[in-house]
Amino acid sequence: MSNYTLIGIIIVYLALLFFIAYLAERNAKSKYVNNAVVYTLSLAVYCTAWTYYGSVGIAANSGINFLPIYLGPVIAAPLWIVILRKIIRISKQHKVSSIADFISLRYGNNRFLGALVTVLCLLGIVPYISLQLKAVSETFQILSAENQYVSTSIFDDSTFYIAVLLAVFAAFFGTQTTDASEKHRGIVVSVAFESVLKLVFFLIIGIYATYVLFDGTGDIFDKMSQTENFSKLYSFNGLENGFTWLYTIMLSFMAIFLLPRQFQVSVVENVREKHLKHAIWMFPLYLLLFNIFVIYVAWAGNLSIGNADLAEYYALLLPLQNNNNFLALLVFLGGFSAVISMVVVSTLALSTMVSNNLIIPYGFLDKFLLNHPERNARYIKNIRRISIFFIIIAAYAFYVNLSFYSSLYSIGLIAFVIIAQLAPSFFIGLFWNRGSSKAAVIGILGGLAVSFYTLIIPFSIQAFNGSSYFVNEGLFGLGYLKPHALFGVDYLSVPAHAFFWSMLINLFCYLTFSLSSKGNYRERNYAEMFVDSRNYSKLQDNALVWKGEAYVADIKNVLQKFLGDQRTDRALRIFFTKYDLPPDTQMADARLINFSEKLLTGSIGSASAKILISSVVKEEEVSLVEVLKILEESKETIANNKLLKDKSNELMQLSNQLKLANAELLQKDKQKDEFLDTVAHELKTPITGIRAATEVLLDDDDEMPKEMRQRFLENMLNDSDRLSRLIHSILDFEKLSTGRAHLNIAKHNIRETIKKSLDSLSQLAAKKNVQLWCTNKSDYYLKYDEDRILQVFTNLISNALKFTEPAKGNIYIQYKYDNGYLEIQVSDNGKGIPDEDLPYVFDKFYQSKDQNTKKPHGSGLGLAISKQIIDNHGGKIWVENNAKTGATFSFTLPFVK
Amino acid sequence: MKKSILIVDDEPNIVMTLEYTFKKQDFEVFIARDGSEAIQILDTHTPDAVLLDIMMPNIDGYQTLQYIKSKEQLSHTKVVFLTAKNRASDMEKGLAMGADKYLTKPFSVKKVVAEIQELLE
Repeated sequence: MSNYTLIGIIIVYLALLFFIAYLAERNAKSKYVNNAVVYTLSLAVYCTAWTYYGSVGIAANSGINFLPIYLGPVIAAPLWIVILRKIIRISKQHKVSSIADFISLRYGNNRFLGALVTVLCLLGIVPYISLQLKAVSETFQILSAENQYVSTSIFDDSTFYIAVLLAVFAAFFGTQTTDASEKHRGIVVSVAFESVLKLVFFLIIGIYATYVLFDGTGDIFDKMSQTENFSKLYSFNGLENGFTWLYTIMLSFMAIFLLPRQFQVSVVENVREKHLKHAIWMFPLYLLLFNIFVIYVAWAGNLSIGNADLAEYYALLLPLQNNNNFLALLVFLGGFSAVISMVVVSTLALSTMVSNNLIIPYGFLDKFLLNHPERNARYIKNIRRISIFFIIIAAYAFYVNLSFYSSLYSIGLIAFVIIAQLAPSFFIGLFWNRGSSKAAVIGILGGLAVSFYTLIIPFSIQAFNGSSYFVNEGLFGLGYLKPHALFGVDYLSVPAHAFFWSMLINLFCYLTFSLSSKGNYRERNYAEMFVDSRNYSKLQDNALVWKGEAYVADIKNVLQKFLGDQRTDRALRIFFTKYDLPPDTQMADARLINFSEKLLTGSIGSASAKILISSVVKEEEVSLVEVLKILEESKETIANNKLLKDKSNELMQLSNQLKLANAELLQKDKQKDEFLDTVAHELKTPITGIRAATEVLLDDDDEMPKEMRQRFLENMLNDSDRLSRLIHSILDFEKLSTGRAHLNIAKHNIRETIKKSLDSLSQLAAKKNVQLWCTNKSDYYLKYDEDRILQVFTNLISNALKFTEPAKGNIYIQYKYDNGYLEIQVSDNGKGIPDEDLPYVFDKFYQSKDQNTKKPHGSGLGLAISKQIIDNHGGKIWVENNAKTGATFSFTLPFVK
Repeated sequence: MKKSILIVDDEPNIVMTLEYTFKKQDFEVFIARDGSEAIQILDTHTPDAVLLDIMMPNIDGYQTLQYIKSKEQLSHTKVVFLTAKNRASDMEKGLAMGADKYLTKPFSVKKVVAEIQELLE
């Protein structure tokens, strides 16, 4: 493939990425840009050219040792829910924009610590970036068949131009706003896109190597097993190698949290916490897919190419060897994608750190205070842009001078070991409030020194002059100081060995100095906020303890320098409204100090923010004890406020309940009045009849015909009967409804009870010429008060008799078992019940207007009493109009043991 | 001329005593069991007095009174409530609606006749 074609393809591809990033930036709020899949794919920036090419190299030469680099993140993923979520919450709350900012903030806004972390990251990552450039350059050469090409000047080296283009990309999409804690959706989405490409293309070459060049996985394994030294390629080599694995897994576990690019995508660019829930399984799945074919591509390369020095590029060489240029191009683009995403995100993260934790706090603060806000914004952006170019140029310089001699894998691991030095102060600091800034600085420096001695110095010496004296003989020729075998520990791989010793020293220093020194109050303040983040996030701006004298005007002045007049005014207005302060407040309190620091943190980093604010206020020293006391008190205040709120809610509920109860009482009162009225009316009616008839008879002067006199006497008798029935019913109902009625429960056969009730009513029915039917013959034994149930039957059947027409009437009684209950129906073919009356038929004194008899003989309590009886038996009673005509009353009785 | 009265009540026993007594006093007596029957009768007859129960099915005493008050030809008909509702508030309501007298149950037959006769003189 010609050089120019390839460059053309690269340019088209980069243009596509620009376009995707541009689209994402334009639609930054869209759900296609902000979702869990994009989040997970952006995390896959973890897979660099090292994964793409380096793993195959390791697999070809030393077997499955490439795996621990992916096992660490897989183990870490489930823990994200606990650890990463906490980190994300703290970072969002404090507008943290990089890992340097995060660590410096945890240790009391320590400027030096932030700078140290930045320098350490530069040390680890710049070579790592240069490694990526090297991969691009080498694969470019392989593909363009310029194997013998040696660049004479950087200006005819295509890698240089690619590096510059990447810097332009990162600078353009990475510095849209001055606030670095803002999201960079364009970059994230392009990274996600690249993650898809690199995975798909790698799977394609994996399938090609395994199934096209060979006859499946079994074929490769069989052929491979006939080669020399095969067993070493797929097994552990004893316990020592086991330790190497363990340390490498720990190393990659830490890297997934600590690598600046991982912090950038997983924390700073996190849009929603809940995306984590999906990432914890999707990300390990991504890594798994990526690693499926590594070993087969490697072995296929071993079998068909067999050149250990070229092993890293087997994926590219395999299709080329078989003249499949298109496939080779895909592999190249996949690797290129891996490079671009790593380089862009890393430089973005590093440039934020360099500007916010190194350049601004150490040199530009005074200048900023004198400038106009627009100029400051331009300055900050320019500092970041220059940093981006500087970092990429530095990486390019490193690549040109040094990395020709080293493999992708080794430089990757060196970067991991360096970054891992942040682990003690980062992880332990999250959960232990005693960890102090002094201890963090000493631990990091100590660990760094050990890694220099054991890893970087020997590596550099070998790279520059090829001498191995230092490695073989140790410092001053002392055997126990051999850099790759300190104190006789000679069984670990070089990076694992360096990791072990540096981490030991780092951890030791961190713990010892944390325990022996107290740290200042500011530090302890932030430690409490980080460790107990959930509690302190509720305190919000109250969580910062601050005492002193400060004027709102001064603080406002500082804010205006960075945010501009409008945004400052708006922010302060929000602040004053939130805390219910008058807008013309003169003196600033701790909350405003904290609030202002947060506002500035995104633009200039937390350390600078603190320095700027403290330059315009007079702060008093607060003792550590006082800090802890104040924090405890504000937590209590919050708790008390919560308690008060709860109490007030409770009272409100009670008052509502009272209101309801009152309304209910009124309703009851009204119902009672109505009941009394009805009772009075019902009682008065027969009494009136009796009284009137008595009067007429008394006054009679023997003119009254005998039959008439007889009628009046009969009326008196009927009214007396009606009166006594009524009184009996009222008392009965009262007893049942207040639960004072004693039920005489015993086991009875429902068939017999129904027969009894039919017998007692048969005469009445015969008189009306209405047929009573009961066709069921089944015996059901259940427990009930037979007299009461007979009363119910009498009520229901005599009601039915009232509503059916003589000679045509039929009344059916049926029963059936239904789910633990016996359901009994009394249905008639009368005229039914008006729909609007259905809900009321079981009410006291409900009387139908459509009875056949001229005047109801009932008390108006029959159905109400029946309902009480069934309720007291634990059953239900209801009525519906049946399909043809007439009503069906149903009730249930439970089968109780 | 013979005086006439319409007795509206849904209790047959009560109606029977009233009917007997008024007939004995030489009244022409009409009987209705509820408001709707009363209105039917009033469409064709103009009795001198109406003795009206309140709590009745379908059309109750109040509605019947309203009907009577709305009819021009019944303007001379005296209306007397005869009811078990004996609260002061009920009585006020009945009189306010235009009843000429408000008598409560249980009642003295003699007194009812006397009240009606007094009204009609």
